Amino acid sequence: MSTNPPTFKKTKKPNAISTTNACKLCKPLGACLAFKGIEGAVPYLHGSQGCATYMRRYIISHYNEPIDIASSSLSEKHAVYGGGPNLKLGLTNVAAKYRPALIGIATTCLTETIGDDVAMYLRQYAEDTKGSVGLPTFVNVSTPSYSGTHMEGFHAAIREVVAQLSEGGPRSETVNVLPGFVSSADFRLLHEIMADFGLDATLLPDLSETMDGPALLEYEKIQQGGTPLADIKAMGRARATIEFGPTLGAMRTGGDVLAEKFATPLHRIGMPVGIRETDVFFHLLEELSGRPMPEKYAKQRGRLVDAYVDGHKYVFGKRAVIYGEEDLVVGLSSFLTEIGVQPVLCASGSTSGRLTEAIARVTGDTLAEQPQVFEGMDFYEIDEMAAQMDIDLVVGHSKGYPLAKKLNIPLIRVGFPIHDRIGGQRILHLGYSGAQQLFDTVTNALIEKKQNDSPVGYFYM
Amino acid sequence: MEAIALKDRENQIHVKGEAPFDIVCNKDSLAGAVSQRACVFCGSRVVLYPIADALHLVHGPIGCAVYTWDIRGALSSGPELHRLSFSTDLQEKDVIFGGEKKLAAALRELIERHSPKAAFVYSTCIVGIIGDDLEAVCREAEAECGIPVIPVKSEGFKGNKRAGYQAACDALFRLIGTGDTTGISKYSLNILGDFNLAGEIWMIREYYERMGIEVVANITGDGRVADIERAHGAALNVVQCSGSTMQLANMMEEKYGIPSIRVSYFGIEDMAEALYDIARFFKDPAMMERTKKIVEEEVKKLAVALEPYRRALAGKKAAIYVGGSFKAFSLVKAFRLIDMQVVMVGSQTGTKEDYIELEAITDPGTVIVDDSNPLELTTFLKEKEVDVFVGGVKERPIAYKLGIGFCDHNHERKEALAGFEGMLNFAREVYSSVMSPVWQFVPRKKNN
Repeated sequence: MSTNPPTFKKTKKPNAISTTNACKLCKPLGACLAFKGIEGAVPYLHGSQGCATYMRRYIISHYNEPIDIASSSLSEKHAVYGGGPNLKLGLTNVAAKYRPALIGIATTCLTETIGDDVAMYLRQYAEDTKGSVGLPTFVNVSTPSYSGTHMEGFHAAIREVVAQLSEGGPRSETVNVLPGFVSSADFRLLHEIMADFGLDATLLPDLSETMDGPALLEYEKIQQGGTPLADIKAMGRARATIEFGPTLGAMRTGGDVLAEKFATPLHRIGMPVGIRETDVFFHLLEELSGRPMPEKYAKQRGRLVDAYVDGHKYVFGKRAVIYGEEDLVVGLSSFLTEIGVQPVLCASGSTSGRLTEAIARVTGDTLAEQPQVFEGMDFYEIDEMAAQMDIDLVVGHSKGYPLAKKLNIPLIRVGFPIHDRIGGQRILHLGYSGAQQLFDTVTNALIEKKQNDSPVGYFYM
Repeated sequence: MEAIALKDRENQIHVKGEAPFDIVCNKDSLAGAVSQRACVFCGSRVVLYPIADALHLVHGPIGCAVYTWDIRGALSSGPELHRLSFSTDLQEKDVIFGGEKKLAAALRELIERHSPKAAFVYSTCIVGIIGDDLEAVCREAEAECGIPVIPVKSEGFKGNKRAGYQAACDALFRLIGTGDTTGISKYSLNILGDFNLAGEIWMIREYYERMGIEVVANITGDGRVADIERAHGAALNVVQCSGSTMQLANMMEEKYGIPSIRVSYFGIEDMAEALYDIARFFKDPAMMERTKKIVEEEVKKLAVALEPYRRALAGKKAAIYVGGSFKAFSLVKAFRLIDMQVVMVGSQTGTKEDYIELEAITDPGTVIVDDSNPLELTTFLKEKEVDVFVGGVKERPIAYKLGIGFCDHNHERKEALAGFEGMLNFAREVYSSVMSPVWQFVPRKKNN
């Protein structure tokens, strides 16, 4: 049925007051994850104890890795008289116990609403501790959870890290890479790609090791890996910044700060998901490095094209719902479109105002029927719309499982969080090799669905 | 012992036999100590969560609702409204101008959409600050919609999880006493403090039914609003997880004269003791006979089934860190039943009395700890050469990172560990972690 020529039925977005089963997380969570990708850093929430514990639990369920998030543990009297003293006590305790290189402080809705001025508290703290040795560096970011999602929190934290720590000076050969919130496997791939192009790169953040580490003999208070502070300082001297995020731009990002303060040229491109978006990334790297694409990647690309051909019939015309973080949704829409899957609904819980345009850019030439694109969506709305859309495939994080189960169709797990499988941090999304894995997964899921539904029980394609 | 604790926490750790027993507990978490505790809202949310035909609306920014979406493995035999996550998703303008209007509209919308039997409206940190009048909004919605609409005073910063339990009990207490109690047997009880994780309350109810006792209300596992409304008609409250619902039992005793007993459904010993206690309460010889028969049958079945696990696990070392200390007592006994040695035990919210009891039932050298944190826990695990750690999701990566077995005993688990069958599942869970061949590869074992 779904291989019929496309129909052009428009459905209406429900317009609810309440939110049911949100398709977004809160702002401080994103900031904590960003800080977790800095070497020697401890994320710290200035708020009540619950926020830190909830976020830890949520993040652990995806990564199966330790993540300590410290908290000011504010109680009622602090809410009345201000959280300054507890913040300072908390920082002292974290500094003593963890010996961190950096404490990344994010605010919460509580401390934003009572009007705590964290920057001022930090200045006072610096004054109070003048002459002490071994104190960590502090970075603070304002992340009230009533404005924006975890992705705004993530990007805001990266922006503040750069704004507060990066320094200028003579230009270096380094290229800054701000990939956004991608998996540990993606971070590792980016390291590899940059090295293969002979480019000296600083990835910020870097979750490749901190959130996917080995089994250990000695427990590490702070997990190894992450972007070194010295490298962050030197980012102001880099000769270029690559930032993934076609829907960014409504807010100031780390890339913007580097461009404004240090005149570092900013190359903002889409997440390299699928062939076309990865080609854009590789062309940029060819330009920056003055080298052609290394043979290894040319071969990966060749194999990928070959796989697309081998599998094209099994996926053509299948109709997909895609949801999650906006920039990932754009990347996935691009990938699915280029393999012949029809994205019919692209949804995100956040509201950059740029999603429709960004998706049109990657689907426009190929698709006869443009997908319906909505921001500010929750799963109640996604479910309601999907029910009227004749869907074959659900693509997104694990919170879409109830939808896939109800429709009895495959869920392709990507992004964050993956709470119902192990290895979410090892899902590869980026580059030709990421597209290869995604393609095999999507194709086989569709084949398996057909096979399971068939009364014949073929076991030969 | 190396100075692993922050100075201000030293008196919250005790090693049995090293000094006269003294432990400080029930105090606010220390700033910067990375407590494993949650907040007031969390306490309320987990207690009320399993009431399956009620609407649970979180009034606040999105985080509080989204982190508690489908958070418990609490099963329902009917409606599943509790598995949805509802939020007013407050935005900046709501924070500035107040969230009451949005709350009222959201309530109306959701009640119309889902026709719940009652609605709970949870207050979050920010609501406590901007001063929304939840009582008033709920009263209006109740009058308009014709169902109980109950505010839960769970502002996150107003204490710890225990305060949240209290707020949940207050909310439940407003429901109780509003239903018709005619026809309730004189042999009847309410189950308090079981949340029907993996269907546990169904097992427990079956034991009671076999004893000839009517269960009036499940509070709150597989809970229903109508049952809770008539809970005051029961002859007895049976309280498990006393930390969370003992307050409710006390309030019911005061107002309705319903006595209560504390029980634990974990482990053979405590499970059997629970049934006997209840049979003794009803002073009915026939019931006592039936109870003896149930225990005898179940224990006989179990003893045989447990034996291979006991043999394999004898002498292995266990550590326990759980939310409430009553569960810790049962776990200590359950480990003893399979001949394992408990070398560390702690809880997030134990009281002084709880820790005195823990000290009494543990072996010398056992570390007893209140409101611990990852750094302390890892030190204990390593020092004591633990084979399996029992805790919740936040403790799991601590154990795994060090290559130590783990058994999930928190509200997210999907394995039934209560009741007689539960003891067997527990042994199996522990066995499947401790005996796994994967430990041969972890650094901890390679260096031996």
